[in-house]
Amino acid sequence: MMKVVNLVAEKGAAIVPMPMQIKAAHLLYKAKTRLGIYTEFPEFVEAPIPDVSTLALENIDVSNPFLYRQNRWESYFKRLRDECPVHFQKNSAFGPFWSVTRYEDILFVDKNHQLFSSEPFIVIGKAPDELAVEMFIAMDPPKHDIQRRAVQGVVAPKNLKEMEGLIRERTQDVLDKLPLNAPFNWVEEVSIELTSRMLATLLDFPYENRRKLVYWSDLAGGGAESTGGLNDSDELFRGMVDMSKHFARLWHEKKAKAAAGEEAGFDLITLLQGNDDTKDLISRPLEFLGNLALLIVGGNDTTRNSMTGGVFALNRFPDEFIKLKNDPSLIPNMVSEIIRWQTPLAHMRRVATEDVELNGQTIKQGDKVVMWYASGNRDERAIDQPEQFIIDRKSARNHLSFGFGVHRCMGNRLAELQLRILWEELLARFDQIDVVGKPEYVQSNFVRGYSKLMVQLTAKPSGA
Amino acid sequence: MGSITFIEHDGTQHAVDIEGGKSLMQIAMDNGVPGIDADCGGEAACGTCHVVVDGGWVKATGNASDEELLMLDMTPDRAETSRLACQIIASDAMDGLVAHLPEFQM
Repeated sequence: MMKVVNLVAEKGAAIVPMPMQIKAAHLLYKAKTRLGIYTEFPEFVEAPIPDVSTLALENIDVSNPFLYRQNRWESYFKRLRDECPVHFQKNSAFGPFWSVTRYEDILFVDKNHQLFSSEPFIVIGKAPDELAVEMFIAMDPPKHDIQRRAVQGVVAPKNLKEMEGLIRERTQDVLDKLPLNAPFNWVEEVSIELTSRMLATLLDFPYENRRKLVYWSDLAGGGAESTGGLNDSDELFRGMVDMSKHFARLWHEKKAKAAAGEEAGFDLITLLQGNDDTKDLISRPLEFLGNLALLIVGGNDTTRNSMTGGVFALNRFPDEFIKLKNDPSLIPNMVSEIIRWQTPLAHMRRVATEDVELNGQTIKQGDKVVMWYASGNRDERAIDQPEQFIIDRKSARNHLSFGFGVHRCMGNRLAELQLRILWEELLARFDQIDVVGKPEYVQSNFVRGYSKLMVQLTAKPSGA
Repeated sequence: MGSITFIEHDGTQHAVDIEGGKSLMQIAMDNGVPGIDADCGGEAACGTCHVVVDGGWVKATGNASDEELLMLDMTPDRAETSRLACQIIASDAMDGLVAHLPEFQM
């Protein structure tokens, strides 16, 4: 089905612009829904989640998008790790799926891309067929390798070195404008603001429109059918039409600039245009959109929620904040611990390519297998005192949050860089970073995120 | 027994004793050699123990598996004689081996 769409799109791209194709796809989707060919995916309605000890094992369903918000995730995953580390849920809103919850087993699945395919989606659910954009995170080698190689230059270490100054400047600018001694929403004022600026740089996207990148990323990852989120398919389609317009325009502008002899930058589109495998990516609209979307999604709420998560963790573990202030050289190690503790993405999904035996269970070919990073990062079999936030923890870098194997997060050093700079600049300015009230959490079984964290800052005494 | 020398990107040399049976990654970590992160703990799954083995020595380290090659292809500054240090098991035959640490790990 997708091959047909892509073929039509390829031929069509010459005649019909990309946004029109997505509009057409949207109409098709709506028609099919109206005709009853598709049943509308049910909305998730929040209800109190029972204590895990009251449930039979087979009724434990960790795809519930409210587990994180209701703070049930730790006990649910602990029970699975202890009693049924490879657990089959035969009846969820996302269909039947296996949960892999121990660190060691997650590493096994992640490494074995031949046994466990990343196609067609790496979230537990799915995107509408008409909008199944192609992203290399959801491809297997060798196609994965070709596409990843084409874009990884954007986060090459040499590139990061170039970006460090700019990241620091922006961080200083944002922090210097924050209110003192009055509560504000850290998520909006710091986490989203800083990550949106970063995304705009990666794409050389018009700075004044940077919040659109955030909006589209949130949309892409947040469908009910894909991850138990709030967004409906209509809004997703409309967002993708807008996104494709902007990205197509950006592609053509850069092409024109290069043709006019302007110096090439290190942004994503320039890199794609300079690479033989991707220089005509615009004629493969689903791949084009998919890979651009992947890079903005990858760098969006993950970094955002780590920025918020670090502040929250240090408030929950105040002794660690004192430790940090007494020894700022702990910042790099703390950054890894923040990423472990937050685990910005709860899971990654695979499909078994053949029958596989894992920890006493037989996973059948074609079965969905979900690696729960959030659980593995709390597995005391692999991590000492895993529920504790310990900024000078040994082996802090061994966490699962970036994944392992060929899909290991390409942006990991960029994420670490942003977080390191944030904390260096925070410690230089503020004596107290206090959370006021309770955080608000995002509805999702994929994103472990905050929509609101009220924080009050106290400046360091002058001359300190 | 013998020794292996790790050379950091800035030229700093670290001569360490060979412990037969241990991976070069483990030996480097145990001896506090900077420049290797070992994020996956030695499973050829993170690429952060990337080293460039001196030309004359790379044959003595054996052959890289397909999985190792996939990871190596994603590392920055991948060279002809690149290996993942976690996949090289030290032996006395490696006495005198030199391994260069890249400027950056993946």
